[in-house]
Amino acid sequence: MYKIVHKEILAPTINLIEIEAPLVAGKAEAGQFVILRLGEGGERIPLTIADFDREKGTITCVFQEVGKTTKQLGTLEVGDELKDFAGPLGLPSRIQNYGSVVCVGGGVGVAPVYPIARALKEAGNEVTGIIGARNRELLFWEDRMQAACTRLLVATDDGSYGHHGFVTDLLREVIGEKKELDLCIAIGPLPMMRAVSNLTREYGLKTVVSLNSIMVDGTGMCGCCRVTVGGETKFTCVDGPEFDGHLVDFEEMARRSVIYKPMEQLALELYLEGTGHRCSCGQGGEK
Amino acid sequence: MAGEKRPPKTIIPKKYPMPVQDPQRRIKNFEEVALGYPEDTVIAEAKRCLDCKNAPCRQGCPVDVDIPAFIRLAAQGDFAGAIQKIKETNALPAICGRVCPQENQCEKFCTLGKKYEPVAIGRVERYCADWELARGALPQRVASPTGKRVAVVGSGPAGLTCAADLAKAGHGVTVFEALHVPGGVLMYGIPEFRLPKRVVQAEVDNLKKLGVRIEVNAVVGKFATVDELLNGGGFDAVFIGTGAGLPYFMKIPGENACGVYSANEFLTRTNLMKAYLFPGCDTPIRVGRKVAVLGGGNVAMDSARTALRLGAEESWIVYRRSRREMPARREEVEHAVEEGVKFAFLTSPTRIIHDHNYWVTGMECLRYELGEPDASGRRRPVPIPGTEFVMEVDTVVVAIGQGPNPLVPRTTSGLEVNRKGNIVADPVSGATSKPGVFAGGDIVTGAATVILAMGAGRAAAKAMHSYLTQKGAVR
Repeated sequence: MYKIVHKEILAPTINLIEIEAPLVAGKAEAGQFVILRLGEGGERIPLTIADFDREKGTITCVFQEVGKTTKQLGTLEVGDELKDFAGPLGLPSRIQNYGSVVCVGGGVGVAPVYPIARALKEAGNEVTGIIGARNRELLFWEDRMQAACTRLLVATDDGSYGHHGFVTDLLREVIGEKKELDLCIAIGPLPMMRAVSNLTREYGLKTVVSLNSIMVDGTGMCGCCRVTVGGETKFTCVDGPEFDGHLVDFEEMARRSVIYKPMEQLALELYLEGTGHRCSCGQGGEK
Repeated sequence: MAGEKRPPKTIIPKKYPMPVQDPQRRIKNFEEVALGYPEDTVIAEAKRCLDCKNAPCRQGCPVDVDIPAFIRLAAQGDFAGAIQKIKETNALPAICGRVCPQENQCEKFCTLGKKYEPVAIGRVERYCADWELARGALPQRVASPTGKRVAVVGSGPAGLTCAADLAKAGHGVTVFEALHVPGGVLMYGIPEFRLPKRVVQAEVDNLKKLGVRIEVNAVVGKFATVDELLNGGGFDAVFIGTGAGLPYFMKIPGENACGVYSANEFLTRTNLMKAYLFPGCDTPIRVGRKVAVLGGGNVAMDSARTALRLGAEESWIVYRRSRREMPARREEVEHAVEEGVKFAFLTSPTRIIHDHNYWVTGMECLRYELGEPDASGRRRPVPIPGTEFVMEVDTVVVAIGQGPNPLVPRTTSGLEVNRKGNIVADPVSGATSKPGVFAGGDIVTGAATVILAMGAGRAAAKAMHSYLTQKGAVR
């Protein structure tokens, strides 16, 4: 069992949990993920590592409540335990001194981009951070990103904070003003990573994206997370989760990510009914 | 017995039939198909044995079970004696009795089988093992502690067997399992209707009684490498039994469409994650109206039969050779036929067709004919040009084999692997190119059988025991 030792509500439906898992924390690196299961009968879900503390032996994950499992996870409090927690899985981010890098985080993707930005800065890079959310309320970790980056730019879709528009608008400006960018890291919803990749392709700026495919075992055994990269089939769990954004077949990835959508919705509805939650708050289904 | 005069025997030409769940009923549930012999039947079946002097059945058994001896004890109704006899060389009889391909092993060589049906050795073995499970396994002797510690990586048949033998020899054993339950392929791969998970659980519980520690959620190669287990991890030796955990795909266009599964995924969702209970359990699976399973082995049969149980209207085995070349156990093929699985032999897909939403709508296939025998001794399938046709299906399960999972080999220094990625290990001792590291089962041989993996685990345990006891006080 893996105990939750700290919890924060970062924004509506976005939670942070810090979990006691010394074996995972001992080896975790930026860019990797864990697979957890809440209890008997539960599904295995992958979550990207948002932070780790080797001395305390803890892993921090940030997740958005979208389906049954993440909603259930959101009800857990400090002292509660997760049944299963395996990792660190996937390959770590390639941290080296590239020169000048830009780290783009969209929505809940700000969390996994944070330790990468921090490590890149520690490795001597000049790090420009760009983070965005639908609105001010959903934006989190501006302070952490501020500290992890050389400079930070913020966008909200509705203009309630920072630039009014998308992270890609800011990225285009950054590319325009700085000709010598060496690498772009983009983590967030699929449409955002796709838009970033399309933009940077125009400028020949190498771009790494972190894919959040559907997984079961997470160790290369089932092939559920396969994705086409540069015409070749790769397994996100062992060959990724980071891939060259210019080579990822985002169309296929998007289709594969909604394979179970009707069933996920059914599970969520039954769960909410069971908890006496009446769906008038808009949280009853995925957008 | 040698020299003893026996009364002449009345030959019963056929095996006593195995009671099974009715096919129409069983395709609606996941309960075990073969129900097991009742006591009087098992005794009668055991009495069919001619107790012939040379006992050719033994040469067909990969772990050399003393078959005539246990059959004789079973014929006398001494099941405690029979199971003890089996367990002298077979650590997992309840499992082997259910999943061994007996027709290619012990029963293939049975003297009675030359003219009639062989003795149902597997069914008798299963009865004896179940008899013991129902009563709780007899406590096994454990040697006094040696102070040595061994890490076993993977808890499938090879790892479980190796762990049990090393624990009995007095070594401190820790098993590391990547998934959340121990058992490996016995849990995620072989379906409940063929191998009830309570049987696997009972074997795991027996292991714990021997003092073996089992760490689940422990992905070796990630939280620690084999090198780290040996240096600083406190282990004196490591056994790698990580199995054939890498699904092969056809490498044809459209294979990443929605509705195409590897057999590993299809079976893992169903068996390990219990997707057939969805929404009672959280893991979903989607099975369409018409399912095509590619391949002709046990995994293919398991997938096709699982598809029916998950509600598919039609389930097809699509195999590029003919019925006689299929590597599946005969009983599984028979059960599949009874359940209504359909077969398209001498057929293989060239591409998978999908709609604009990427959902599978069909497979373009080619007809094959059989040519000259290949390295496997089976006649090579040759495509017949111009025979393209479209098979309308909405789900495809790829069950053409599994390779070695590279996670452990890739993260272990100085470990020799072959071209296919299998660990190179001594066939007798399981010793690898790396001192103190042994390997066995599918990770060495490529996808094979439970009994071979078990045999390899047992052989390695023996070699590891001598390695550990001769090694002296090295730490």
